Amino acid sequence: MNAPNKSGWKPGTPTDATSAMNGPDTVTGNRALMLEEPLIFEIGDSETTGVDFAFASRLDLAGVEQPKQPTAASEHRSRLGGLDRAEKIELPGLSEPETVRHYTRLSRQNYAIDLGLFPLGSCTMKHNPRLNEKVARLPGFADVHPLQPVSTVRGALEVINELAFWLIELTGMHGVAMSPKAGAHGELCGILCIRAALEARGDAREVVLVPESAHGTNPATAAFAGYRVEDIPANADGRVDLEALKARLGPDVAAVMITNPNTCGLFEPDMKAISDAVHEAGGFVYCDGANFNAIVGKVRPGDLGVDAMHINLHKTFSTPHGGGGPGSGPVVLSEALSPFAPLPYTARTDDGTVHLVEEEDAESFAQEHYGTTMQSFGRMTAFHGQMGMFTRALTYILSHGADGLKQVAEDAVLNANYVLRSCEDVLHAPFAKSGPCMHEALFGDKGFGGELTTLDLAKGMIDEGFHPMTMYFPLVVHGAMLIEPTETESKASLDQFIAALRHVSSRAMDGDEGLKSAPYYAPRRRLDETQAARKPVLAWEEPEAPSGTPTQSERGGR
Amino acid sequence: MRYLPLTDSDRGDMLATIGVSDIDDLFVDVPAEARLSGPIEGLPTHASEMAVEKHMRRLSKKNLAAADAAFFCGAGAYRHHVPATVDHIIQRGEFLTAYTPYQPEIAQGTLQMLFEFQSQVAKLYGCAVANASMYDGSTACWEAVAMAGRVTKKKRVVLSGALHPHYAEVVKTMAKFTEDEIAGGLPSMQGSPDDAGLIERIDENTSCVVVQYPDILGRISDLTEIADAAHKKGALLIVVNTEPVALGAIKAPGEMGADIVVGEGQSIGVGLQFGGPYLGLFAVRDPKHVRQMPGRLCGETVDAEGKRGFVLTLSTREQHIRREKATSNICTNSGLCALAFSVHMTLLGEKGLRTLAAENHRLACLAADKLDAIPGVRVLNDAFFNEFTVVLERDARELVRDLAEDDILAGVSLGRLFPHEEALSGGLLVAVTETASEEDIDALCSAISENMA
Repeated sequence: MNAPNKSGWKPGTPTDATSAMNGPDTVTGNRALMLEEPLIFEIGDSETTGVDFAFASRLDLAGVEQPKQPTAASEHRSRLGGLDRAEKIELPGLSEPETVRHYTRLSRQNYAIDLGLFPLGSCTMKHNPRLNEKVARLPGFADVHPLQPVSTVRGALEVINELAFWLIELTGMHGVAMSPKAGAHGELCGILCIRAALEARGDAREVVLVPESAHGTNPATAAFAGYRVEDIPANADGRVDLEALKARLGPDVAAVMITNPNTCGLFEPDMKAISDAVHEAGGFVYCDGANFNAIVGKVRPGDLGVDAMHINLHKTFSTPHGGGGPGSGPVVLSEALSPFAPLPYTARTDDGTVHLVEEEDAESFAQEHYGTTMQSFGRMTAFHGQMGMFTRALTYILSHGADGLKQVAEDAVLNANYVLRSCEDVLHAPFAKSGPCMHEALFGDKGFGGELTTLDLAKGMIDEGFHPMTMYFPLVVHGAMLIEPTETESKASLDQFIAALRHVSSRAMDGDEGLKSAPYYAPRRRLDETQAARKPVLAWEEPEAPSGTPTQSERGGR
Repeated sequence: MRYLPLTDSDRGDMLATIGVSDIDDLFVDVPAEARLSGPIEGLPTHASEMAVEKHMRRLSKKNLAAADAAFFCGAGAYRHHVPATVDHIIQRGEFLTAYTPYQPEIAQGTLQMLFEFQSQVAKLYGCAVANASMYDGSTACWEAVAMAGRVTKKKRVVLSGALHPHYAEVVKTMAKFTEDEIAGGLPSMQGSPDDAGLIERIDENTSCVVVQYPDILGRISDLTEIADAAHKKGALLIVVNTEPVALGAIKAPGEMGADIVVGEGQSIGVGLQFGGPYLGLFAVRDPKHVRQMPGRLCGETVDAEGKRGFVLTLSTREQHIRREKATSNICTNSGLCALAFSVHMTLLGEKGLRTLAAENHRLACLAADKLDAIPGVRVLNDAFFNEFTVVLERDARELVRDLAEDDILAGVSLGRLFPHEEALSGGLLVAVTETASEEDIDALCSAISENMA
């Protein structure tokens, strides 16, 4: 494949005992910019604080009348009811410079989308625009309390409503529940809407069908909502087996949960027929929207008969993943399910006003504007959802516009197919013959030499400077590797990734045992996960010292 | 478009490599009748950074920011000063744009931070183990109820009437589907929580008792008796805390026998943000309950060279391994908010947290005394931390709306929290943090006394 770049420049890698990684030991354990960092409990103490509490003093500005001296605490008796916390809490403090250094050092042990391609399939690690961050921090959004009088938060409600409008238009659906806190919470919301709708028509059903290839949250969600989970059979192409599905449908099936595009990176061409069959049998169609990035602006789930779909704003709409959240998982709903959506919600009435509909006025609002009784299944979270994510997602959507979002899907799919076709001769691509993939390319470990596994290849990719792909998911492919480059990678970056993947793949095929010990160049070598699970250490405890030695907290200051 | 690096000539080259001539050849699996030919009609096209910022700024100006008001709102979300360092750290790309730490060799930054966070939360709550965060306090509360059901194999849940009504609603909503039986109620408008009444409601079928501390009216009382009563009946005590700064002044729930302590971590490091994203905290007092916990856990281990390192562990509880048998369906949680909490807590340290808590309490006492002196206004609480309830001789909700006209956000009325409950309509929850000046308190007091008639 292509060289990493056109000039042919390539950094040297250490090859012998005198190289950078194999130099002499250092006293500190550090290796130049690879810096070890202790825990805050080992460097901080309970006497240090990095915050000044000059409550009693005021800035003395010329010409400004001096405020009166603050009232002394002694003038007011404590009202803590005798519950004063007497025991030491043992929370370590650091000064500001030490704090900044501690976290900056830690940050350098992380891989991130800002550092390079992050091809986690199904996770959509795309560039996070900094305008989103700037907008979310405007005081009118960041410094507003959720229970301020509605007259003082009109702009916040407009943001929610404007984003809701876009989500409905982009998906071709009827309504949207904005409050779910993340994708899995959105799934739960969708399934609860389905259950509420079925119960409203007195139709208790017991089973939710979920394909084996689905994300683990799907069966977990269905089980949580009280349903029994059964598999949907797949065909040899990695898609839902329509005939087998039809044969299973019946009066006990509440819903089918389908991921489209699916987790093999393939579009379900029979989606409309699947939806029709499910509706015919009296059930509902839940679509896992984790992979919406592949089709946004190209096809609308509403046109395919979907009843409910969550949208991970942290995937398709570029809000940052933040090392594991916060996410945001609005759920778009069909006309049949919309009345059952959770509280609170926003609604714009004919006069242009955006209303916040909460428990107290849900009934009267439904009567007045929808001519029905209130059917919401209830409340999923305190307050109104992930406002900070709404402002970011709306900022992103407005930046791209309808034309840009279509281009997003096209470039995401183009990039994934480019990776698929550039690597299918060196790695087993089980569904390569099924046609083009969507936004992610799926490979398996077939043909790896020796005892090498997908995990070994992934760790080899770390040494090449990349975050590995999603591993061992979906479960339907042995040693699965799911690669989602996203639309925010340049061709040069893809070419470098492809060159690295081809190289590490050949090593795996050749049974290069060196991969077993990879990564060599990361901040840590492979970690002992067995020990972590067998003898869990989940919180810091002060090490036992020989008797008579003062402990860290007893020593106090440094 | 500024976020898309491919050029048209790149696209052409790549299509050629793939072996197709047109981008739509890659969308052949999408049935032609469902495929959109052009951009969706009626939606705007792409816009410059400047134009988008202008639009969003215009919307933000329609809100009254807390900094522009005399501000006393609480009820589960508190305004504290967040040091500039916190926002700087969480905007470092290595934290902001990382994923869940599935590849520990290149995610030690996030993992060590989570280990430190878990340790801080455990110490704050007086517990043994905390997880790596939940979505927010209300969902953490429901997860605790669900966990108590798994531990005790019982289905009856006793909620204190003084639990935040949104939290109670979340529990009641979820319980409809899990068929748990919920016994709830309204807060008693007395100076102290009705602990005796709560204890009476615990029976042999009770899986857990859920108590908020400080409660929704800001009241505090020793929970030891409730814990003992619950344990005698084989039930767990779940304590909900929505203001972690309080635990720099008052006893930790774990010290008083709580089995599961959950709460909202927003007030340390996260900011108001109109209600989200926030930070769910979740901890257990007894390590034997760890395997029934929901959510991610970070644990210490060693790498192949014997160096200390951290990994996500005990994942056999979680959905990606256990699927329909998982303890929870939670996946993404609140990692970046946990970082904000942890950085702020590290800056504070025990000394800072205690000082901050003392200042909050001092100002709250000052405000309570001044408000209590106004004719027609009475402070309800016998004890409180930084939030208390005043009872007014007029509808508090109307008063809050009136005062907002003059940029005084006087607090959260009980009418907003418990609509249609006449007996509570005179109640106003007033939260006083270090961000309120004594001048703000005076402004609040004179506005209330002028508007009592």
